[in-house]
Amino acid sequence: MADLWEYRWLLFVGTGRTIALGLSGLMLALVIGLATAAARIGGGRIADRLARGYTTFVRSVPDLCMMLLLFFGGQTLLNHVGHWTGWWDYLEINAFAAGALTIGVIFGAYMAESFRGAHASIPRGQFEAAAAFGMSRTQTFRQVTFPLLMGYALPSLGVNWMVLLKSTALVSVLGLQDLVYFATSAGRSSRNPFAFLVAVMVIYLLLTALSEWVLARLERRFTRGRTLR
Amino acid sequence: MNPDAPDPLSDLWALVTAFSADRSPVDFALILSHWPMFLQGLVNTLLLVAFGLAAGALVGLPMAVLRWHRTPVASQAVGAFVYVFRGTPLLVQAYLLYYGLAQFAAVRDSPLWIVLREPWWCCAVAFAINSAAYQVEIYRGGLDAVPKGEIEAATAIGMSPGMALRRLILPSALRRCLPMLGNESIFLLHGSAIASMLTVIDVLGAGRRLNAEYYLAFEGFLAATVIYMALVWIITRILARVERRTMRHLRALAS
Repeated sequence: MADLWEYRWLLFVGTGRTIALGLSGLMLALVIGLATAAARIGGGRIADRLARGYTTFVRSVPDLCMMLLLFFGGQTLLNHVGHWTGWWDYLEINAFAAGALTIGVIFGAYMAESFRGAHASIPRGQFEAAAAFGMSRTQTFRQVTFPLLMGYALPSLGVNWMVLLKSTALVSVLGLQDLVYFATSAGRSSRNPFAFLVAVMVIYLLLTALSEWVLARLERRFTRGRTLR
Repeated sequence: MNPDAPDPLSDLWALVTAFSADRSPVDFALILSHWPMFLQGLVNTLLLVAFGLAAGALVGLPMAVLRWHRTPVASQAVGAFVYVFRGTPLLVQAYLLYYGLAQFAAVRDSPLWIVLREPWWCCAVAFAINSAAYQVEIYRGGLDAVPKGEIEAATAIGMSPGMALRRLILPSALRRCLPMLGNESIFLLHGSAIASMLTVIDVLGAGRRLNAEYYLAFEGFLAATVIYMALVWIITRILARVERRTMRHLRALAS
């Protein structure tokens, strides 16, 4: 316990970084997922093909492998492009940005499937009603599709978020100093890795519990209108 | 054999070498020439996943029955176990077994040390525990979905609770669990990549070692990615077939 107290600030900073990484990854994943789902539902044949290729590719590769491939492969690719075009000399991707981006790319594929499933469960009559009111496509999306979509997608988005949150533990391989990174290094220097790893588990459990609470509230909010049906 | 005879395999190899040497940014020849390492990685990955799934089932199924039966105390204990091991990253669980437990002299002196000093077995045990936690929830879902009438029918013809569980409830529940178990096996395959973080040469570990040996940036990861994709493709194919077989009695005759 004394060791934990000594390194409390490190754990605190690490937790903050893990949360920040998880949330930025989530935002990216939601945007990518929504765009991919849109490509699969309303896009043309090429967009559908591309989106389907992306989701099958990402979902068949382990997140750790994907992270390493995107980080190191992306870095090499970027520098190759810079070298060929002569536009930039040598770029090093910031570890946090790369971590958030890879998490976004990985979970965007899972989110896309959630959105697609949710879209399929919206009653068709809703769209017909919107059309009958003379709503434009953007109006329909903003005022009808999106609020309903969130209601149907939330349970599965929530599950994805829990998996995403746990995936943040892997970014320490990219050299990002997150909770797991600090905990293992503090564990090494204090020769008490057990206490630190248990602390990490407790912190992750607390984050999970907090997420469950927030998700339950969000779900209540987005399904408010459904009882009237 | 006539040495002048054209050998299609070596022709292909020459093509790959030439392509890798002057066109491609990725050295495919180097990756291919290290196939034994990747094969070893593949074997390790498959063994670890198979062990994790089997041991997870062995531990998870009785736990699920306790939870489904609502056995006091045991049910709550299982619930806590599931919450902890589903709510924390697999990597941290494996680290806890490998780095965490090793610090206690009592563990190092106990017979458990034979297992826990080996990174491979630490991974195997971590996968088993983690998969058990997920499988408990799967089996419980399947058990809950068994229609009450079936259980009443078993009681009505005089089956004891144990016999009803063995002959009727479990077979019915397990069949229902199959699609979820398929997902779990892919999920564990994905999770198994963390074995490379504990120095085990699994598929990703082989890729990392290739990168380290030749100072490569990502070629090894590319190879690992391709192997994982092929694995997932094969596993989903097999699962679909198994599912069709076990659900045969539910399919319409005409189809």
